[in-house]
Amino acid sequence: MAQYGPFVMRDSAQHAPALTPTYKTSVLRSPKNALISIPQTLTEMSGPLFKASELGPKDNDLILNFAKDGLPVGERIIVHGYVRDEFGRPVPNALVEVWQANASGRYRHRKDTYIGALDPNFGGCGRVLTDENGYYRYRTIRPGPYPWRNRINEWRPAHIHYAIHGDGWAQRLITQMYFEGDTLINTCPILATVPNDEQRRGLIALEDRANFIELDSRAYRFDIYLRGRRMTWFENKA
Amino acid sequence: MQAQPQQQLTHYKETASQTGGPYVHIGLAPQQAGFEIFENNFGHVLTRPDTPGERIRIEGTVYDGLGLPMRDVLLEIWQADGEGHYAHPADPKPSSFRGWGRTGADFDTGLYTFETIKPGAVPAADGRPQAPHIAVWVVARGINMGLHTRIYFSDEQAANERDPVLTGIEWVSRRKTLIAQREQRGAETVYRFDIRIQGQGGAEDLETVFFDI
Repeated sequence: MAQYGPFVMRDSAQHAPALTPTYKTSVLRSPKNALISIPQTLTEMSGPLFKASELGPKDNDLILNFAKDGLPVGERIIVHGYVRDEFGRPVPNALVEVWQANASGRYRHRKDTYIGALDPNFGGCGRVLTDENGYYRYRTIRPGPYPWRNRINEWRPAHIHYAIHGDGWAQRLITQMYFEGDTLINTCPILATVPNDEQRRGLIALEDRANFIELDSRAYRFDIYLRGRRMTWFENKA
Repeated sequence: MQAQPQQQLTHYKETASQTGGPYVHIGLAPQQAGFEIFENNFGHVLTRPDTPGERIRIEGTVYDGLGLPMRDVLLEIWQADGEGHYAHPADPKPSSFRGWGRTGADFDTGLYTFETIKPGAVPAADGRPQAPHIAVWVVARGINMGLHTRIYFSDEQAANERDPVLTGIEWVSRRKTLIAQREQRGAETVYRFDIRIQGQGGAEDLETVFFDI
């Protein structure tokens, strides 16, 4: 049992508060009461596990996994990195799920009505399990920025959404990845909900020039840190 | 004074959470977004024909601070099998019942549904039994970090009154926001569990209890 001790307390100062009025939708969708902190039980220390056989061969290739009669239009990129815990230990077998707009900034979703063109050969979602070193990678088209109604002329920076299952329910995380150098990063009210510079920088993928593939794809590096497990050095009081 | 050589204590900060946004279905429920892409989709049915245990349906609506249904919300649940065991090696007797599912609320009605089994009791850290419960995670546009809550069952009153998490909630009147109400619909057992993200305050506040786990 020693390897399955409780997770380290979440440091709420490193995350957005629930109520962030400049991101307007949060005003009616944030609890008024403080979260109630509970000691972890097996419910929080365990979590769903996933098998490679549950994923398809192109699930981590967004360039090909929806291609019908040709390749999608846009910048070909590889995104890769490591999923680790707070102590730097790799998180193997983590489920990394991603979704994004196409090169126009248009989402394949029945509720998206932006004038930017849909791409018949691009779906916009993928998923991958980390290997024994916590490493993941997928291939995609770099998404375009996207206008939305917050203030009247708000634009999201180019971003890719991530959802990660580690090996415990308490590690469940949903976030967004941005691209180094995008000037819209500095004015985004959603990224601005994150309370400090270091944590905002933690969401920006870096151009990984050494891993460009000649005459094919550029590469971005994005590492993710999940909550770490403490060891149970001594028996829990029973 | 000369600085002493020292090791670095390396501790990484957890990656910051961000909202799932309005199009969370593209990645987590692409069929609901309106297209077919994966051969194997993760969904709201946790049972298979051979799954042992009492079949139940859980359904409800998630409401915002004006009492309006949130039609773009996505929920995941995590639970033990009928004997109180999780499909995870941290459990001394790991189950073959997966115990995990996800669903988006209906875009028109806001109703969400899971088809599952009623979980058995799971021990707390001190070995005492917890009442049967299901862990819930809620994400949506406007929610910066996924909200954690728990479903308990209205027909488990005695166990609920001894549950360490429920009884640990100081405001007794808030405990009832975590109890799903059992009803019989023909042969089907349904538990209704509505979630109110934001209450209006006061002693009879109906805002659902959310946990920092």
